[in-house]
Amino acid sequence: MDAILFFLFAAIAVVSAINVVVQRHPISSALSLVGVMGSLAVLYLLLGAEFIAAAQMIVYAGAIMVLFVFVIMLLNAGAEKSPRKGWILTAVAMPLLVLFLGMVSYIIQRGFPNAPLVVFGQFTGGSPKDVGMALFTRYLLPFEITSVLILIAIIGAVVLARKEME
Amino acid sequence: MNVDLISILGNFYVLTLIKLGLVAGVLLTALAYLQWIERKVIAHIQLRVGPTRVGPHGLLQPLADTIKLLTKEDLMPSHVNKFFYVLAPMVAVFFALSAIAVIPFGPKINVFGIETYMQLSDLNIGILFLLALSGMGVYGIALAGWSSNNKYSLIGGLRSSAQMISYELPMALAIASPLLLAGSLSLREIAESQAGFMLGFIPRWSIFQMPAPQLMAFVLFMIAGFAETNRIPFDLPEAENELVAGFHTEYSSMKFASFFMAEYANMVTICCLATLLFLGGWYPIVPSPVADYIPTLVHLAGGGMLIFHGLQPARKWDKYTMPVFGVAFLAVGLLFLVPFLQPILLPLFWFISKVGILLFLFIWVRATLPRFRYDQLMHFAWAFMFPVSVVHLFVTAFLVALLK
Amino acid sequence: MNQFYTPTDHFSLLPALLLALFGCAILMLDFFVLPHPRQKRWLIFFALLGEFFAGLALYRQYRFLEDQSIPALRAFSDGLIIDGFSIFFNAIFVAAAVLVAIISYRYLEVEGEHHGEFYGLILLAQCGMYFLASGTELVTIFIGIELMAVTFYILVGFLRSDRRSNEAAMKYLLLGAFSSGFLAYGFSLLYAITGSTRLPKIAAELAQRPATDPLLLLAIVTTLVGLLFKVGAAPFHMWAPDAYEGAPTPVTAYLSVASKAASVAVLVRLFLGTLAPHRINWEPMLAVAVVLSLTIGNFSALSQTNLKRLLAFSSISHAGYILLGLIAGNRTGLTGICIYLFVYTFMNTGAFLVLISLRQKGMTGDDIDDLNGLIHRSPGHALLMALFLLSLGGIPPTAGFIAKYYIFLSLVETGHYALAITAALFVAVSIYYYFRIVRAMFLNEAGQLLPALPGWGARVGFAVTALATLAIGLYPEPIIRFAGTSLLR
Repeated sequence: MDAILFFLFAAIAVVSAINVVVQRHPISSALSLVGVMGSLAVLYLLLGAEFIAAAQMIVYAGAIMVLFVFVIMLLNAGAEKSPRKGWILTAVAMPLLVLFLGMVSYIIQRGFPNAPLVVFGQFTGGSPKDVGMALFTRYLLPFEITSVLILIAIIGAVVLARKEME
Repeated sequence: MNVDLISILGNFYVLTLIKLGLVAGVLLTALAYLQWIERKVIAHIQLRVGPTRVGPHGLLQPLADTIKLLTKEDLMPSHVNKFFYVLAPMVAVFFALSAIAVIPFGPKINVFGIETYMQLSDLNIGILFLLALSGMGVYGIALAGWSSNNKYSLIGGLRSSAQMISYELPMALAIASPLLLAGSLSLREIAESQAGFMLGFIPRWSIFQMPAPQLMAFVLFMIAGFAETNRIPFDLPEAENELVAGFHTEYSSMKFASFFMAEYANMVTICCLATLLFLGGWYPIVPSPVADYIPTLVHLAGGGMLIFHGLQPARKWDKYTMPVFGVAFLAVGLLFLVPFLQPILLPLFWFISKVGILLFLFIWVRATLPRFRYDQLMHFAWAFMFPVSVVHLFVTAFLVALLK
Repeated sequence: MNQFYTPTDHFSLLPALLLALFGCAILMLDFFVLPHPRQKRWLIFFALLGEFFAGLALYRQYRFLEDQSIPALRAFSDGLIIDGFSIFFNAIFVAAAVLVAIISYRYLEVEGEHHGEFYGLILLAQCGMYFLASGTELVTIFIGIELMAVTFYILVGFLRSDRRSNEAAMKYLLLGAFSSGFLAYGFSLLYAITGSTRLPKIAAELAQRPATDPLLLLAIVTTLVGLLFKVGAAPFHMWAPDAYEGAPTPVTAYLSVASKAASVAVLVRLFLGTLAPHRINWEPMLAVAVVLSLTIGNFSALSQTNLKRLLAFSSISHAGYILLGLIAGNRTGLTGICIYLFVYTFMNTGAFLVLISLRQKGMTGDDIDDLNGLIHRSPGHALLMALFLLSLGGIPPTAGFIAKYYIFLSLVETGHYALAITAALFVAVSIYYYFRIVRAMFLNEAGQLLPALPGWGARVGFAVTALATLAIGLYPEPIIRFAGTSLLR
């Protein structure tokens, strides 16, 4: 059951991700990205990282992507024109891309010879409490720096968006 | 009772399916009747009578509405983006109805030896799940507004996305503070943490619970809830005097009904959530021996009143309908006294009555308050709601850390 | 509670803490305390005060290590390290930030831009750099890099009315985000291989893996790509000319000096520390990057007419020289890297400072032709520029010579003769284009432009940069000793 769900949502994630790039209309791309986020959240859930799954949905799908869609609608961006590409380029690039992906996946497959297999439902360290403990003890420093990073991002938005000084 | 049947029923999937059927049936009926109640209540507040034609007191009106909506022509405007136009109502109603899956209606019960929770699924991140769903719900409305390819719809969709994003923040912060008291994200555990009484008579509901009573968070949550469900006074997305009907201007038939259903389902979810987080879920307001008789008394009083009105009929049919309902009420009231039904019915009664009171509040507000202006709405969210809920969360965290 | 935030943690975090605090304080002061535009000039003193306190905290760390005579102080359970290396690099950052703050004072006046956010962002960027020099944990390093990069995206686009600035910020942001993706991928692979994000643990795990491990190779490639981008080395240099040209000139100086130094710090710590056993994997890649940087940087600089673009290409080639020290990888090489970055801070900032002084309202003054006959208009500026350019070219008795000398020495010591000869040839090329500027200043007919206006900021900046460039060139002993204490291991 878990395996079926895993492959189902992994497939959805991959197809949506490809769709993000293939679609010409920004809204379609953005919504495909929401699909990627959603299926990733399900994958996290299957692996037992329930808090991360919920955070993924709330933060990425529910907040960031909504803003994306919002801005696209506000700008009323139309479908982008298909750039003129020679078929030769596609014919060369596609096999290379497949080759590269195949190589990377092969390396990763072979790279972990003794790694334990993932067993669904075995990992139990994904509850909010565990995540909180990890964040505030072991990863306290990165966590705190992240807050500075977010602060800078906010300042940046204000700096770049403020009105002209008189 | 056949042992095999019980074991089949006890199977996780079968049990879930049964519960699913029950909950879905009750929820959809309730949504339909919520509309009837809303019309009736608003009518009475405004000194009108509301629907009366279909069935006694218009009680069959929801059915008539459903048939009407189902059989109306499903218009597909020629200028819309077809895919998203069809997708939008589905998204809206899907995420709105999914929310009910994690809401517990009562404690663990024992039916014919099968132990189960009165809840579809007990996620231990239930509250986060609800927040995620409410975040996803925005897409339905935003997409509807955009794909309709109509300026009123677009403005409605944009307004609603902006509004829902803005009010999600204070809402999440208002939710966070009772969580600090409960120490869990599972809705069932949150409700269970509010069992019992302080000093023997004050219920340990979050809004009263020491060391940090959450009355303020409750108010903030309800205000944000009004905005999240796009209800008056925050129904800017469908402000009819400015935007025709806002994001669903171009929708007809069942697609229109889907948005309608989504709105009411969201309302029910918000009220259930408020009940679970702040009002002690299914726990009664007074200690046990007294509390056990309150449902019976309420129903008996209601039944008595109905029969009394039936004996002095104000309208032609009252002398038949009123006594029938009165007797039904009396019967239900007596049901609450059956010992083996009590563990199921009492929590349900308390839960539903709390949710009902909150729903009434929604309707009441709609009948009374005017609409915000759009800039007031955003200003209110960011300049009042947000800071207040942040400060409230800090104070709660401080009190909980200090005193608990 | 103290278990998670010990006094040691606090001590090791103090400079970054002070920088972040002062950064925020400047923003607050800007908004609440000094609302009048004329008052905002005083904000620079708060920026310098913050740098002073951060420098003081660094000095205390230095004294502490000296007094206890321990090589390193580890904090945050191997998340942060205080050693000579981190202190040396942080000293560079402090120097760079102070110089940039001083030189940007007049620039902001001329451009009529906000002071508050600018100084605040300079301090906050330095806060990110602190974690690059001191972080020994992948997540910390990554967030440090992002902290620095995001700040620079903002700073590069700080002149909103200037289209070039906007375009530069956009390009830098897009390419920067792309390279961060590579870096994150590399780091995640390192974590996947070793099961830890802490460098000491990773080093221990990696030492047991064979050098031919393809997964490790993939991790090294992606990490290297990400970091080389931040350093601005070819073939990942595409952003540099546009970003350097479009950015406000003080930001260009900061970007070319401090951001480069911080990324080099990470490269050194990762590749000479953690990944040292796998040198056979990364050395050829790095060598290719170095040769490409030298070639592209120097040859592209030849044909530039915009001074900022020229300095951008020259900074690409300088990145190549610095990475040569990494390839050598011995004591001398490391000392060379440290000295090079230290010296580069002063001479490059000095060169940009000349450009800033020439800038006046309505005139950018960053074409080579704008320098025509500068010796007649402002002889002081022309002489200073000549000094900085000589130093950048690596001609004795300037500091640039000492820096290049150590790099070449380390290459010869480790037997990288081919690389040493290539690099030496490119020094000759670089001297050609530096002298193009010198010729314009001294030999060409004077243009009609006004002489540079003096200001206290420019005076202090010139005094510091010129003095450092000359003094280190003439008497390099102390800085060599200081750099020597900063060695890893």
